[in-house]
Amino acid sequence: MSLALSGAARTPARRWRLPGTPGQIALALGIGAFLVAFLIVPVGSVIYVAFTEKGSGTFTLVNFADFFRTDLFLRSFWNSFYVSAATVVLASVFALPLAYITTRFDFRGAVIVQTLGFLPLIMPPFVGAVSMQLLFGRNGTVNLLMMDWFGIRIPFMEGLNGVIFVQAIHYFPFILINLSAALRNIDRAMEEAAQNLGSSGIRLFRRIVLPLAMPGYIAGASLVFVKVFDDLATPLLLNVKDMLAPQAYLRVTSIGIADPMGYVIAVVLIVVSVAAMWISALALKGRDYATTQRGGGGLARRKMRGWESALAYGVVGLILLLVLAPHIGLLLLSFATIWSYSPLPDGFTLAHYGRVFGESSLYIKNTLIYATLAGGIDVVLGVAIAYLVLRTKLVGRQWLDWAAMAALAVPGVVLGIGYLRTFFGVHLPDGTPLATLWIVIVLALAIRRLPYALRACYAALQQISESLEEAAENLGATKARTVRRIVVPLMTGGILAGFVTSFATAAVELSATLMLVQSNADAPLAYGLYVFMQSAAGRGPGAALGVIAVLLVAACTLLSQYILDRNQKNRGAS
Amino acid sequence: MIRSAAFAATLALASFAATGAFAQGKVTVVTSFSKDVTDPIKGAFEKANPGITLDVQNRNTNAGVKYLDETKSNPQVDLFWASAPDAFEVLKGKGLLQKYTPKAEGIPAKIGAYPINDPEGYYFGFAASGYGIMWNTRYQQANDLPEPKEWGDLATAPYYDHVAIASPARSGTTHLTVETILQGEGWDKGWATIKSVAGNFQTITERSFGVPEAVNSGQVGYGIVIDFFAFSAQGSGFPVKFVYPTVTTVVPANVAIVANAPNTKNAQAFVDFLLSPAGQEVLLEPAIRRLPVNPAVYAKAPEGYPNPFKDPRFAAMTLFDVDKSGARTDVVDTLFDQLISFQLDNLKGVTKAIHEVEGKLAKKDNPQARALLSEARGLIAAMPVSEAEASSEAIRGAFTGSKEKGARQAELEQKWAGFAKEHYAKAKAKVDEAAKLAN
Repeated sequence: MSLALSGAARTPARRWRLPGTPGQIALALGIGAFLVAFLIVPVGSVIYVAFTEKGSGTFTLVNFADFFRTDLFLRSFWNSFYVSAATVVLASVFALPLAYITTRFDFRGAVIVQTLGFLPLIMPPFVGAVSMQLLFGRNGTVNLLMMDWFGIRIPFMEGLNGVIFVQAIHYFPFILINLSAALRNIDRAMEEAAQNLGSSGIRLFRRIVLPLAMPGYIAGASLVFVKVFDDLATPLLLNVKDMLAPQAYLRVTSIGIADPMGYVIAVVLIVVSVAAMWISALALKGRDYATTQRGGGGLARRKMRGWESALAYGVVGLILLLVLAPHIGLLLLSFATIWSYSPLPDGFTLAHYGRVFGESSLYIKNTLIYATLAGGIDVVLGVAIAYLVLRTKLVGRQWLDWAAMAALAVPGVVLGIGYLRTFFGVHLPDGTPLATLWIVIVLALAIRRLPYALRACYAALQQISESLEEAAENLGATKARTVRRIVVPLMTGGILAGFVTSFATAAVELSATLMLVQSNADAPLAYGLYVFMQSAAGRGPGAALGVIAVLLVAACTLLSQYILDRNQKNRGAS
Repeated sequence: MIRSAAFAATLALASFAATGAFAQGKVTVVTSFSKDVTDPIKGAFEKANPGITLDVQNRNTNAGVKYLDETKSNPQVDLFWASAPDAFEVLKGKGLLQKYTPKAEGIPAKIGAYPINDPEGYYFGFAASGYGIMWNTRYQQANDLPEPKEWGDLATAPYYDHVAIASPARSGTTHLTVETILQGEGWDKGWATIKSVAGNFQTITERSFGVPEAVNSGQVGYGIVIDFFAFSAQGSGFPVKFVYPTVTTVVPANVAIVANAPNTKNAQAFVDFLLSPAGQEVLLEPAIRRLPVNPAVYAKAPEGYPNPFKDPRFAAMTLFDVDKSGARTDVVDTLFDQLISFQLDNLKGVTKAIHEVEGKLAKKDNPQARALLSEARGLIAAMPVSEAEASSEAIRGAFTGSKEKGARQAELEQKWAGFAKEHYAKAKAKVDEAAKLAN
């Protein structure tokens, strides 16, 4: 606690000129202190090396000059940039039809599609890549069959294009989930007005619906961009090393530990990520996306004609088949005896589930506790930061947003080492270091997943007209009461989307966790999976554990989708 | 938020109380070994020592070393347990290990030509491992490829684009393989061998297990691995084979007690158990398949199990010099990355061209083209640093964050990468010239 208080003194939010209400200032200071204590100080304790001179330890920028003088780093930088941009395009191709069809039309199974479309985000580490290789790899199912039938081989998984393919499948749910939430939030009156004026079909979508859903799309797309830019797991599992995040990771975890370069790259990652967020905010600046009417329950759902419906089901089915391929592979792998250089496994068995059955309950319990707490912390912080940024005039409020988003760019391993360094010296009364408590894992997860929840809450609040709050205040409600009774209920969809994203991704996070897990009794599912996936005999049990993780998170997602949908219907009906 | 914080604090307190109660008979080990290895040993150890619980923390070797270093002010773990002897040398050098004399009997002083235990008593070998080539037989048959015997075989044309290795910077065991070749064949010849094999690489993986994983699943045909990856894959039913080349070495995988360990007594019990006949026998299980260091235990091994104490191949194996290896670890790994990993496309391009010209020359010889090819090979093999320079203080300082002023790691890397790029391009030009003559 003393750490948090000393941190508060340094928080940038203190430099206000036009103070808000005391409550708002206290809130800003509290959040600032939290971010300083659990993000800025630990990360700073690791990356300050980037600014020190070799030997003397004095301040220098020569390391950044080295960065721009090294071919490998420049090549990595452009590769990362290209892959991120291309992924956003491909992910949009997957996400747009799914979001549009399920929110805009009377589409049976919309809830199932929304849930299944969300699944790729929960690709457990290692097993996801293994099953992708078994299906799409150079000697995977598809290529073995293609070689047999046509004598050709498609390099789905090779080089940068392989990274784009896997990343787009993995991260398109960010766009899907945010865009769907935005589409649901659009005031039906807008659409009706356009229709009354004679607009319909594609024109209606292009001129009215899409622009109004822009905050959701931009929130999703910018997340995809930054996430892909900073992601190291996928490139590394495909053995692509000349990208920026893998370079940072490789250096920090091996012979670069003592060298500033790994930390220089981490700084570059953080700067680019924050810049991308800033640009996406600029893109939305000066326009008003808020709509006042909230009773309509989103866009009108149109009935589809026969051929339209056939086409829609065809498109949705095809996309789902493609994006769920890793999970289909995972399922096969979890039942497979031996699967080697053949389109399908040699045989099937239940033995792998038997093997993990005993241990998995502990992992499941830990995962649920950690991910729920982390998701909870994230939406509370997300709502608060979004409110402070969009609704108050506190000076420096933008910094809260940027600081929180910077977490996206901090490599998990840097955060992990930072936590060990910062909290290992803090002792509990009996002498055990603070860093060995599992609550530290929760905090690390919360920090790492905060950006997801924050973007979702931010987009939700952007779509709510301030006049609703003004009306409430004119009627005598206090600021706090307005937030509680008007703002938060109207943001429910976005908050839930944020919670689900944070929860689900925290449930399969590994890189920071790996550094912080202190005992098997505290280990989450992802860690158990990692331990299994280090041996030939562990592949099946690892996949079984992966399937359990996916089912678990999917069940939670389905539940929240169901609540969201029912909520919507209730509002629509009243 | 306050309520959730209070809730979290209560939970934290509860979990803390729970762990406190069990602290009596506990011993914690940090290991890079997989669950398949640790689970059976944990079971056998807890049975032999009732009342002591073995808690396993799984981290890769590098992360484990880093973890022990970051937590040395107040260690929470008792043992470090991993393959690479280098990692133990690093820990010993940092004063993170404590001395012990195990009670076990019947363990010889050396395996092959390698001392089993640290002469100073800081770490102890418990299983032996050798390095070699594993391959997927289905892949090999489907693509009509030969069975390799030596490292050099992998450099020949049929293996182009079929071989995988882990980056030595990321995998302690691959580092030992590379270092073994360098020590066995000499610095310049060793690098020439490594680079000519590297021209046939399909991929360079980021972790040790990435290679056996790719070979097991048939994504890659051949992998350069430590023996037990292949043996345990065979034990699990995968269609793979393994061979020890002539230039290889057998080195022990080790266990050590952490300095100021909270449960030193229990840690000693674990070391003694691991080296006892009961502990050694667990190593023979199909999913583990490591070579015990107690020669008597091989009596219980299945048919065809390699025995380093009897098999004459092992006696002739290269003597591995840990000090030499330790002095240039970072330099060797960085050279591998800068000359091979990050230049793989260039290296593969020129290698492929050489294979093609050789194919033509086999049909219709041309001495001039042969001379150009051997010039090209010389250009590929050229090294930016000599053996003496590699272990010199001036270059090592760039990697260890020494307090001396000197070249920065990034500067050296850029220099070496530029050297490789230029030489591979020149080699490619020579090969292109040879290709014209060979037609």
